Amino acid sequence: MAIASIMGTEIEYGIMVKNDPDFDPISSCVLLVNAYSEDPAGEILWDYDQENPLADARGFQVDGEKYTPNQQENIARNKTLINGARYYVDHAHPEYSCPEVTNPRDLVIHEKAGERIVEISRREATALLPAGATMLVYKNNSDRKGNSYGSHENYLMDRRTSFKQIVEYLLPFLTTRQIYSGAGKVGSENRSHPCDYQISQRADFFETEVALDTMVKRPIINTRDEPHADREKYRRLHVIVGDSNMSEYTIYLRNGVTAIVLRMIEDGAIHKDLVLRDPVKAIKQVSHDVSCKLELQLDNGKKMTAVQIQAELLDLALSYTASRGNPPWVSDVLDKWADALERLERDPMELCEKIDWVIKKSMIDRFMERKGLDMQSPQVSMLDLQYHDTRPDKGLYYVLERQGKAVRIVTDEEITAAIHTPPADTRAYFRGECLRRYPAQVFGVNWDSISFADGDEPVQRIMMAEPLKGSRSHVEELLDRSPSVEDLMANLKV
Amino acid sequence: MQFIRNEKREELPLYGAADSSQKQKPKEGGEGDSEAQADGTQKMAKKGEELKEDMDSLVDEIDAVLEENAEEFVKNYVQRGGE
Repeated sequence: MAIASIMGTEIEYGIMVKNDPDFDPISSCVLLVNAYSEDPAGEILWDYDQENPLADARGFQVDGEKYTPNQQENIARNKTLINGARYYVDHAHPEYSCPEVTNPRDLVIHEKAGERIVEISRREATALLPAGATMLVYKNNSDRKGNSYGSHENYLMDRRTSFKQIVEYLLPFLTTRQIYSGAGKVGSENRSHPCDYQISQRADFFETEVALDTMVKRPIINTRDEPHADREKYRRLHVIVGDSNMSEYTIYLRNGVTAIVLRMIEDGAIHKDLVLRDPVKAIKQVSHDVSCKLELQLDNGKKMTAVQIQAELLDLALSYTASRGNPPWVSDVLDKWADALERLERDPMELCEKIDWVIKKSMIDRFMERKGLDMQSPQVSMLDLQYHDTRPDKGLYYVLERQGKAVRIVTDEEITAAIHTPPADTRAYFRGECLRRYPAQVFGVNWDSISFADGDEPVQRIMMAEPLKGSRSHVEELLDRSPSVEDLMANLKV
Repeated sequence: MQFIRNEKREELPLYGAADSSQKQKPKEGGEGDSEAQADGTQKMAKKGEELKEDMDSLVDEIDAVLEENAEEFVKNYVQRGGE
């Protein structure tokens, strides 16, 4: 039986400092996350005890060294926010991991709140730089010189679903999903075939079907088995194949459809043979075909386009959802999925206000036509990059949004509120509220734990293995009658 | 870690809302069109014109904010691989 949907995203941003010959990405990232001043300042550790990125979902442990920074470095690189998010430095990129949410609409709100938080701290960080230097941050996935950084989605899944089953059905889905979730890119890289424009930022970088790595030989399906929840009951599917999206509509569709397909896999509701002969080749073929008409080779000898594969899955989803009770967002996502596939079949450019790669392409086409440019022009490359700029006045996605050229899903008020407010219906509520109410006593945080250091008392860790527990309805009353951490601990023990 | 705060913080520009200097053009597209059929051609031409104006103003706005020295800028945008 499928479980409730719990999801979140981790977005790595690109970073540069304009007019700084000594630009160093790591120190710039540290400056950026520490410049953020909207939250109560607390020196809070990220609790690495709970992490195990070397566990493989196929059932073994991979050799390697677990990264654990020293305390000072840990505090400098990790910020846990009162909205339940983690804002931190990951290698040479700033990263925003949104709090756990239960539906794609809340996901849009919290991923967008992350963009605002990055932008607020970018402005504050720029004010600390020498005169003339400006920090710039991009929500994209490639520098177009062969370097890629990720946009990862996480979905909680039932541990009983076999990983083999997940792989079989997820490979054709994830290989073709980009037609309505790609962020678009000018040109190709990583020794991929040359092209003018392609659907996905990331497709060029996938080199294998299934593996644990994320930085080299990137797999379409990542096997990291780190549930951040009760290990006996859950797995966390770590989807690394997606692009960083700007369009709310695209983010909504990307996460909503994926969540529905995962529920179907859990319930064994996909029984069609859609196995691709060569998914690694196919993911690039799909990305490089902006007409969305190319037929892909299936392992059974048949050929299908990406739209047809998605349409088969949509058909299965319609009968699956018709026979059961669904959360209210499901029917809306199904409608939008069907609409996107119809338009992709007819003419992908019909999605020029809804799907990132089409919004961006439409903008570039208009600009080229007016200015008499071609895809090789540096200005066109600039349009591609600046579409992802986080500055609301300069970021071209925001320009298009203000002009009414990007269909929205949520409101600015909802996004602004989410900068300071955790989702009410997951354990993120307890995490965020503890940080807001007891900022000086929170000692360390991880997704499934929070620990307190109160005076001379030993550090006490509260485990949160159930992502739906710790919601507002569950703990608000407890927090209200616990003005101090001491009270909280006493009340928890009762 | 402590950083010196800059006293003056500018207001963040608005995201979704169009500001008064850049009014949103009327939306193209004629679903629910109640005009008589005879006006069709004239209306289409008018719509085409509106659409072109709309696009022109959009390209102008993009052009106004697009980074200068695009070639240099794009060349300097180099990232380390991540994830």
